Amino acid sequence: MGANNVIIRLENIAFSYAGDKLVLDDLCFTLEEGAKLGLIGHNGSGKTTMLHLIMGLLKPSSGTIRAFGKPIETKKDFLDVRRKIGFLFQDADDQLFCPTVLEDIAFGPLNLGKSPTEARKMAMETLERLNLNGFEERVTHNLSGGEKKLVALATVLVMEPKALILDEPTTGLDEDTNIRIITLLNQLDISYVIVSHEYDFLARTTREIYGMQNGQIAYTGDSSALHSHYHTHPIGKFRHRHETLNSQT
Amino acid sequence: MLQEPFSTGNSQIHRLDPRFKVVSATVYAFVVALSNNFPVLIAALIFSFALVGVCRLDFLEVAKRVALVNGFIVFLWFVVPLTYEGQPIFYLGPFGVSREGVLVSARITLKSNAILLAFIALIASNTVATLGNALGRLKVPEKIIYLLLLNYRYIFVMEEEYRRLLRSASIRGFRPGSNLHTYKTYAYLIGILFVRASDRAERVYKAMLCRGFSGRFYSLHEFSFSQLDLIWLIVMTIAIIGLGILEWVQIT
Repeated sequence: MGANNVIIRLENIAFSYAGDKLVLDDLCFTLEEGAKLGLIGHNGSGKTTMLHLIMGLLKPSSGTIRAFGKPIETKKDFLDVRRKIGFLFQDADDQLFCPTVLEDIAFGPLNLGKSPTEARKMAMETLERLNLNGFEERVTHNLSGGEKKLVALATVLVMEPKALILDEPTTGLDEDTNIRIITLLNQLDISYVIVSHEYDFLARTTREIYGMQNGQIAYTGDSSALHSHYHTHPIGKFRHRHETLNSQT
Repeated sequence: MLQEPFSTGNSQIHRLDPRFKVVSATVYAFVVALSNNFPVLIAALIFSFALVGVCRLDFLEVAKRVALVNGFIVFLWFVVPLTYEGQPIFYLGPFGVSREGVLVSARITLKSNAILLAFIALIASNTVATLGNALGRLKVPEKIIYLLLLNYRYIFVMEEEYRRLLRSASIRGFRPGSNLHTYKTYAYLIGILFVRASDRAERVYKAMLCRGFSGRFYSLHEFSFSQLDLIWLIVMTIAIIGLGILEWVQIT
């Protein structure tokens, strides 16, 4: 694999919160163009921390972050990364802060320097693409949980990112919204990383599964294995599955 | 749920430029608040009623808002006439009801209702979002506007969070009373609410950063001043100057 088609590479990253023990310890991770990755791991295993490092929301204690072939160090580098990588937050209420849906979706394009007319047009197109026609003047606060998530996804997709990072996108969503998100992700031709605890969802949206343990990331297996496994064992038997997948690799 | 019942409508006032509405409502409110003559105040009240009429708002909803404010004013009527110094009209036991006190209460009642109705017609006929944009165009500092907009956006999220905490306390048998345990519990609830608010503020800010936020807000709205605005500019100017003349110019 050449360096050209690497979107993000984390090299020997260490991170700890204010003097606590290391959350990430010598972590290496690569996201290549076209990759559809699932990331699993226990609560508190450092998944969200790693994602925030990629976006420059946190600074690593040591190690290097490279994006699109270049090392990312300064604030300006991260501004560039944030234009190219879309990040979907766990809680859609954190992402939607404008009074109306249209303004929220146009927020990103306006930040990228688009004119109000262009931004409005892009927002409307994105709404249509997500089958959210007629939502533009809705008050974000009054949307249902599923609608909020879809609108939050629209606010990210409208910026035409080269890659997506989704932090537990399906937590607390109903089956209908779940299926809408799965369909949508399968239509996207950009690479993405999904953090999730829902194996069925990962099996239907990703190709490879990585596991996070002791502050490091390891390839865990093909997501189809996860899929068949999910159907033969109840969801509570995850620990068992994890070991099996590990031994296979 | 957050509702803006007055902001949906297609009356003449709804179609006016929000910038103009904000400015004229502000000037009008000042003139009414500073007036003291009863003819002026009564004229203002009638004019405000007329504005609400032009807006064609749901009468019941308007009445509810007006009743809410007048609930406070009723208390004023209980206290001010009894405590205000002046010529007593009659006595309630040991208390004299003063003429001046009654007049002051009457003025306050007329003023607050006139201003309230004008604000319902001119300000509540915009969504808060539009209002924020209009204020921005009027060169109100951005920080104040975003304080308004973000408050509006998150105050109900915080309220939900508070209710969730309160519910979790009550399903574990919490019954408020006047004892130390109750005060302590409320202190904890408020404390954790602050912690959560600051956590959320941080997450919202991070989410904004991820969408390319670099300290400046841009607005989607473009306003235009139409012929209808011009007509209403004349109407409002005549009303405001008329009230001003009635109040401050001695007609001999």
